[in-house]
Amino acid sequence: MAKKTAVSFRLNQTPVDVLVEPRELLIHTLREKLATTGPHIGCETSHCGACTVDLDGISVKACTVLTVQCEDLDVLTIEGFAKGGQLHALQEGFMQEHGLQCGFCTPGMITRAYRLLQEIPDPTEEDIRYWMSGNLCRCTGYQNIVKAIQYAAAKLRGEAVATSHPLMEEVTV
Amino acid sequence: MIPRPFAYHAPETIPAAIALLSDYGDLAKILAGGHSLLPMMKLRFAAPEHLIDLGRIKELRGIDMAGDEIRIGAMTTERDIVASSLLAEHLPLLVETARQIADPQVRSKGTIGGDVAHGDPGNDHPAVMLALGAHLVLVGPGGERIVPASEFFLGTYATAIEPDEVMTQIRIMRPPAGSGSCYAKLKRKTGDYATAAAAVVLRMENGRCAAVSIGLTNVAPTAIRAEAAEAALLGRALDDAAIAEAGRLASEGCEPAADLRGDEEYKRAMAGQMVQRALRTALSRCTG
Ligand SMILES: Cc1cc2nc3c(=O)[nH]c(=O)nc-3n(C[C@H](O)[C@H](O)[C@H](O)COP(=O)(O)OP(=O)(O)OC[C@H]3O[C@@H](n4cnc5c(N)ncnc54)[C@H](O)[C@@H]3O)c2cc1C
Ligand code: FES
Ligand code: FES
Repeated sequence: MAKKTAVSFRLNQTPVDVLVEPRELLIHTLREKLATTGPHIGCETSHCGACTVDLDGISVKACTVLTVQCEDLDVLTIEGFAKGGQLHALQEGFMQEHGLQCGFCTPGMITRAYRLLQEIPDPTEEDIRYWMSGNLCRCTGYQNIVKAIQYAAAKLRGEAVATSHPLMEEVTV
Repeated sequence: MIPRPFAYHAPETIPAAIALLSDYGDLAKILAGGHSLLPMMKLRFAAPEHLIDLGRIKELRGIDMAGDEIRIGAMTTERDIVASSLLAEHLPLLVETARQIADPQVRSKGTIGGDVAHGDPGNDHPAVMLALGAHLVLVGPGGERIVPASEFFLGTYATAIEPDEVMTQIRIMRPPAGSGSCYAKLKRKTGDYATAAAAVVLRMENGRCAAVSIGLTNVAPTAIRAEAAEAALLGRALDDAAIAEAGRLASEGCEPAADLRGDEEYKRAMAGQMVQRALRTALSRCTG
């Protein structure tokens, strides 16, 4: 076994130190060493986006980044979204607009959408479809994911939001 | 899917990276964005014993202009290229190409230097480098040399880079005012490599083709120029007949390999279609 390396980074704003082989992928460190199982492994071949995390302000696929490349960087995962029991606007949007079915793709979707909305606060549907194209969903057909992101975008811009889903009207967040 | 074990190095300067390459020779590989190399290492198609990460070398990243020459650091990411206002103004072809590469997450990490250095005929930048007449700056223990793109791509995964050299920069002369360009890519879905794609840089004078260069992606063992098509277009008006002939000549010059994207005949036909599409769009973008 190759020599292990100490790597320090911030995970959802908390400093963490891990001891890893250089070949260890960030997704494995997160899931196996740091009990952060929100980012999922869908393909492990850089295609599906289920493992998406935010790394120092960019969206990356954690199955295609080495943990040793993350020294001193900021890693944000889905675990960092809800604050004080309050869902993030994106989480609320995915719930209100039925942006998920099995939920496997959802942590990656939301983490990617977060960065998209940082860069384009008022995206068109076309923007959303183009900039979310690294995330695959086998269930929803994407329509409700687009709506969920539009819902969150509006809420983050401070606008009034309402679900477009007929059955969700009676459910309170 | 985990790579074979290796030692990881993250030098902070170009000389330090070259020193490591000189020390470890064939046992070492450069890591840029890692989005071609890490997948190959996970599949164990590549198994370097030493990985030399260029990510900490700040001077390798960035886009600027010296006179009419655009200089792009090898570690500049596709994301940087898509977002660059300098490129949008002076080299929109590169932005149009980068927008069609992979997906946002891959573009966050993947670099233009890695895309060119990998020598994969399926990568999109090589054909664009040929069409733009780019020059690649390679630095090794003996100093710097500048290799034209036309002499760089030697075969599939084979390039002019020596094992102890680092590509530091890509230099491209801004196409003359009035030029139009286009990268037309046929792919099955987001994140797929091209079934066939064509890069065109075109300049018209008095309604006739004064200069044209055409690069093709994924239809031969390396990216190639469609020279016969270029020669046939020079001096002519770009009417439907001339464009169709260029497409036919380009497809005749291809040597595609059959794969899941199609058989040889289909790919040759699609290369011709992409040339036609790119020519028409480039023509519509020419001014003067
Ligand atoms: C899902 C997916 C889809 C993709 N789709 C496309 C696509 O449509 N079009 C496309 O063009 N690409 C595509 N790619 C490949 C992607 O663009 C890669 O990022 C690119 O090919 C390699 O760049 P890199 O920075 O990641 O290099 P790396 O993977 O780090 O390196 C690639 C090779 O180049 C060498 N190298 C890198 N930089 C240098 C340097 N500065 N000097 C000397 N040698 C160097 C490395 O040693 C290695 O051998 C895709 C990748 C994935 C995962
Ligand atoms: S698990 Fe990383 S992209 Fe699918
Ligand atoms: S909700 Fe099942 S994969 Fe997206």
